[in-house]
Amino acid sequence: MSEAFQLILLAVDSAIRLSVPLLYACLAGLYSERSGVVDIGLEGKMLIGAFAAGAVASLVPNPWLGLLAAVMASGLFALVHGFASISQRGNQIVSGVAINVLASGLTAILGNAWFGQGGRTPQLPGSARFNEITLPFAEALRPVPVVGEIYYEVISGHSVLVYLALAMVPLTWFLLYRTSWGLRLRAVGENPAAVDTAGLSVTRLRYSAVIMAGILCGFGGAYLSIAQSAGFITDMTAGKGFIALAALIFAKWRPLPALGACFLFGLLDAVALRIQGVSFPGIGQVPVQAIQALPYILTVVLLAGFIGKATPPKAVGVPYLKDRS
Amino acid sequence: MSARTAPVWLTAGVVPLVNVAVAFLAAGLVVALIGENPVEALQIMLRGALGSQYGLGYTLYYTTSFIFTGLAVAVAFHAGHFNIGGEGQALMGGLGAALVALSLPFLPWPLLLPLCVLGAAAAGAAWVFIPAYLQACRGSHIVITTIMFNFLAATLLVYLLVGPMKMAGSMAPETAKFVPGATLPLMNQMAAWFGLTITRTPLNLSFIFAILAAIFVWVLIWRTRLGYAIRTVGANPDAAVYAGISPARITVIALLISGGLAGLMATNEILGVQGRLINEFTAGAGFVGIAVALMGRGHPFGIVLAALLFGVLYQGGAELAFDKPKITREMIIVIQGFVILFAGALEMMFADRIAALYARLTGKLVAV
Repeated sequence: MSEAFQLILLAVDSAIRLSVPLLYACLAGLYSERSGVVDIGLEGKMLIGAFAAGAVASLVPNPWLGLLAAVMASGLFALVHGFASISQRGNQIVSGVAINVLASGLTAILGNAWFGQGGRTPQLPGSARFNEITLPFAEALRPVPVVGEIYYEVISGHSVLVYLALAMVPLTWFLLYRTSWGLRLRAVGENPAAVDTAGLSVTRLRYSAVIMAGILCGFGGAYLSIAQSAGFITDMTAGKGFIALAALIFAKWRPLPALGACFLFGLLDAVALRIQGVSFPGIGQVPVQAIQALPYILTVVLLAGFIGKATPPKAVGVPYLKDRS
Repeated sequence: MSARTAPVWLTAGVVPLVNVAVAFLAAGLVVALIGENPVEALQIMLRGALGSQYGLGYTLYYTTSFIFTGLAVAVAFHAGHFNIGGEGQALMGGLGAALVALSLPFLPWPLLLPLCVLGAAAAGAAWVFIPAYLQACRGSHIVITTIMFNFLAATLLVYLLVGPMKMAGSMAPETAKFVPGATLPLMNQMAAWFGLTITRTPLNLSFIFAILAAIFVWVLIWRTRLGYAIRTVGANPDAAVYAGISPARITVIALLISGGLAGLMATNEILGVQGRLINEFTAGAGFVGIAVALMGRGHPFGIVLAALLFGVLYQGGAELAFDKPKITREMIIVIQGFVILFAGALEMMFADRIAALYARLTGKLVAV
């Protein structure tokens, strides 16, 4: 088999791994922002989730309990954001910044105080992590050209959280576009007054979206600390929550394009990792920072409206005030 | 029933103080949670930050950076915009100062030093120009674009410091040392000119710049036509149009001033202390600026006080981490997070209750 094909397969495989946390956070942001609540706290929620998963899985070697802890920690932060944004009608951006700053400080200080390893959680054994699953017949099909190789290298051999993330995309699409909850959720992000007039609770709808965002960020965080790595390390999210936000804009707040955007940004990350120190014929070395900067540049260009227009939900960021007078 | 406006001491005094007190209570709970005594921790912090010339010098050195970044956030706030990009603008400020210092080392210091300071402000302003223009003219949300520009600034700086601008022969990502004429004098050196002896700390001339910047912002916002235009656009862009003010133009100008102030933060760290450009020198000061501006309620006087409080926290936190290894320096970040939450996102949570209490006590109904 050609070496180039093998290289492409490996790149796609690593792009999938790198795009999973982006995908969870991006879908989280999608629920929240579609309901009218801006969420720049994706980063912080993922971080606290990753920490909770790493901490709990190190105490009880069960990845599912780790995942549960991640979802609860991230969900708690989501509730704080919801309380500030929905109930108190506070500034949603400020609240998101608070979530990020709090998560960054709390994970470092609690991690150091509880485990004494400079903010890390203890190294996890295999039994406490989500391990890679070899899908049925992957080994048997491996010698089959192209199809077997794709099946073996790219599709098989991921942890259950990877497959769950991919399943979340059609599920989110279904929830948003084929259920009454989804219709109401989209409506509340565009015109909350109309939803209110129809006798539905804007507050409850928005809370349900914000909690959904918390749950998904918890999954993303757990993926980082107990699937991709064997424990939590300080500032583990390293800006992934913001790249996810960029992907959300890139996808224009739609689930299927979100998958594409996250995969694209994951692929860029994979390429940036691979080309370090590699010299290309005719070009020479491409600075790795140029590739790392691409998601941000692409997002700004898109936001500027030069390549298509990214229009956010109309009521996003605006607290809803029932007129009582 | 119509409520009259609450007195200033209530809205600008009691309400923010209660919010900050709640933030500190929450932080105290975290200290208790990890098994330390919050009261003792507070004592160590205060003694470490204010108990000696050495501590005070460091406190004011941290304060300097936070005044700049706090003012930067506040000026944008007055125009109705959230400049979350102080971190990136400050990084670029350092780059601007370094470019001037490294390319014009032959100039005499009376010329070189002002140019370096200007370089910092200009580069900070330049870094916010694209987000500002896109916000004003194409409606791209400035929060998102400035977040992206923070990452771009960090990436660009890493590229420059490991590549073209790296000092030959050095392993660390840093530029060559600037000539002495491009650096600001330390406070102890300046005191020596007047025959005074004070302990050597990183506190330098840029502290005076920061105070001047605070006065400048006060004059600008409340005593000039431009400031009036900025506040009008911030309060109601539609009304501004009827008053003959162009919201787009004012937005760009206000954000350029904001970016320039953030860029000036680099005078403290790069021109004052390091004397060369290093990586990640802002160390989160851009984000502290958000907490400082919220706590200071956008007023330069409040901002200087809030910056001083965060200066105390940063210096005291360093001492605390030294005395109590369980309470690491990240404790400051936790406090910062609670301040942003309670004094920012939840700022009205206690306001209604305080207004009700005030009404009970005085019999006057007020709106806070």
